[in-house]
Amino acid sequence: METAASFYETPEPARFTGVWSWLLTLDHKRIGLMYLYAVLFWFLLAVLLGGLLRLELMFPGETVLSSQLYNSAFTLHGVIMIFLFIIPALPAVFGNFFLPIHIGAHDVYFPKLNLLSWYLYMAGGAIAVFSLFSDGFADTGWTFYVPFSISTNTNVSTTVFAAFVLGFSSMLTGLNFITTVHKMRDRAMGWLQIPLFTWSLYATAWVQLLATPVVTITLVLVMIERFFNVGLFDPARGGDPVLYQHLFWMYSHPAVYIMILPGMGVISEIIPVFARKSIFGYKAIVGSSLAIAIAGSLVWAHHMYTSGMSDTAVFVFSLLTFVVAIPSAIKVFSWVATLYKGAILMTPPLFFSLCFIYLFSVGGLTGLVLGAAGANIHVHDTHFVVAHFHFTMFGGTGFAFFAALHYWWPKMFGRMYDFKKAYIAAILVTGGFMFHYVPMFILGLQGMPRRYYDYLPQFAAGNFFAGFGALFMIFGIGLMVANLVASFARQRTAGPDPWGGVTLEWTIPSPPPVHNFVHPPEIMAYPYDFSGVTDRSEQRQKGE
Amino acid sequence: MPGKPDQTGNKLGMWLFLYTEIILFGALFVLYAVYFSWYTQDFILGAKVLDLGFGVINTIILLVSSFLVAASITAVQKNQRNIALAALAGALVCGAVFLVNKYFEWGHKIETGIYPGSEKLLDGPAPQNLFFGLYYVVTGLHGIHIVIGMVLLAVSFGLVFCRKITAANDAVLDNCGLYWHLVDLIWIFIFPLFYLVV
Repeated sequence: METAASFYETPEPARFTGVWSWLLTLDHKRIGLMYLYAVLFWFLLAVLLGGLLRLELMFPGETVLSSQLYNSAFTLHGVIMIFLFIIPALPAVFGNFFLPIHIGAHDVYFPKLNLLSWYLYMAGGAIAVFSLFSDGFADTGWTFYVPFSISTNTNVSTTVFAAFVLGFSSMLTGLNFITTVHKMRDRAMGWLQIPLFTWSLYATAWVQLLATPVVTITLVLVMIERFFNVGLFDPARGGDPVLYQHLFWMYSHPAVYIMILPGMGVISEIIPVFARKSIFGYKAIVGSSLAIAIAGSLVWAHHMYTSGMSDTAVFVFSLLTFVVAIPSAIKVFSWVATLYKGAILMTPPLFFSLCFIYLFSVGGLTGLVLGAAGANIHVHDTHFVVAHFHFTMFGGTGFAFFAALHYWWPKMFGRMYDFKKAYIAAILVTGGFMFHYVPMFILGLQGMPRRYYDYLPQFAAGNFFAGFGALFMIFGIGLMVANLVASFARQRTAGPDPWGGVTLEWTIPSPPPVHNFVHPPEIMAYPYDFSGVTDRSEQRQKGE
Repeated sequence: MPGKPDQTGNKLGMWLFLYTEIILFGALFVLYAVYFSWYTQDFILGAKVLDLGFGVINTIILLVSSFLVAASITAVQKNQRNIALAALAGALVCGAVFLVNKYFEWGHKIETGIYPGSEKLLDGPAPQNLFFGLYYVVTGLHGIHIVIGMVLLAVSFGLVFCRKITAANDAVLDNCGLYWHLVDLIWIFIFPLFYLVV
């Protein structure tokens, strides 16, 4: 492979140097990295906030947070984790960096819009921080339910406005990705030759476009209510607060799939590479991504079984919720079937992926408990729900993010990290995770509600264990990030293809040159054909 | 490196964006639909209070402006720059007249004590509060879109004037035109929902 200056050395546009070569860059890779730094910052901040919440709950009574601070802290934790971490993490960081490379393009279709999305993202974050220091951060929870969000004295308007701006950022990224996949794809690459990560981003982008405008207008309505007191959701004036919940979840449930679909895409990339085996059911995985995107848009009211809906509506939404489990299960079975009889090479990214499969499966199956209308009544708004969505969102998307970090780190930075520390960190995070969230399932079944800073004495043991697990988890996350950063100090550079991958990013140098491809890329007839990789390693063994 | 393979992506991107706008207003129409089905009689009473004259005039104004924008695109493609400029200027005037009408219409309502949170609405029947609340929210949001559309048309006007938009390079004008048509189209739905439900 010929050498070419990496994108770190060649700014795009070339006239900018120094910090401007980043702040005004149009290079999708630099924008992806800028997202990465911001996303990691917010993630670590929200992790610490979450740790603080669990510390408060570790012992009964008020310990480190007052009730009002606790309310603001869990709202802030939710808002940051959802709008500033989970939604942008995979599409904006790894999607930006790898989607164009996956399809043999030199950039996204709208590079300036891409930069604008980053600025909107940063502005949204800044507004959220600003709202902290003016009249206090919202204490409504990230769902901003009326009527409380309209009547509370905390600064809901600013917080809501932050989410509104972040929604725009996410929407424009989706718009950019769809156009890029349609218009920038290498002419030799047909739809069924697109790598699965890019497919999942494509499906995600459609959900972003489909759903985000609904939450945009809903949040605008909250602001209008606060400023002008129109009373559209006020029962005393003819309005219906449940309608707010419908509008909110019409976005926010599909948003759950905005969060998880790219994660599934990451896992679909990693598993075949380290099983040295073609992905099982490529078409089924593509189809299930689209099926999740479509069916996931029709299940929003399963958040509202206890809000006062007709039995018919509850029945229909419960049924549709079960339907979503089918495409998700198709993916899980396909991954496991890919591993079956594969020549498995254990690496940190694969380890994280295996943890993902386990944790996500638990999250998915407990989702069925919540989706069943009868069982839901019992565990609604308890810690069972908290444990469930952390299993899917953190155990799912979070772990997919960790896996993606370890999988693509050598490509993005050209450096290889220490495997041993990565494994230790992964074990700490996963072990801590189980210790942290499994007690919450039990607490939830026993009836401990969510969003309270205090609890009855019989819940003390479970909360203590959960807090204990949180410490392990936070320590593991710290170790993981430190280990990745330490790779810069190590002399070990990663070659263009440290894993034996077959998608296009592994055919170019690490880090990639500014226009990605020095030579026009060669598109394989099938994106997961490992015969070349296994042939090469056999020849190497014979040579030795 | 090769540039963009073709310019059709600009239009695809714009259509996707317009789609999000439709969903944005769509959510408000959902609110309208639900409340209308609950309080049909009150909505009809509310609609009678609105001034049909203003509504009809504004509808005609927007239809004319849409025609002018479409004409300006055709003119640019035929290299008739002056006609294009005149048409865009006409469309801008139409937008301004629409807003002035809206100002008088709202002003009249507010004078008679009908505005969000007013005593008349607070004391009156609850469903009418919903009708006028929706009226202000929907037409207000639409008004903001008119302003954005006028900014886009003004930018297009400047670009045509500086000969940056030409027959060979009319993507910006095309997209601004699409946006204006969408704003017009949304009004075509707002008008019957608020003025003609009798």
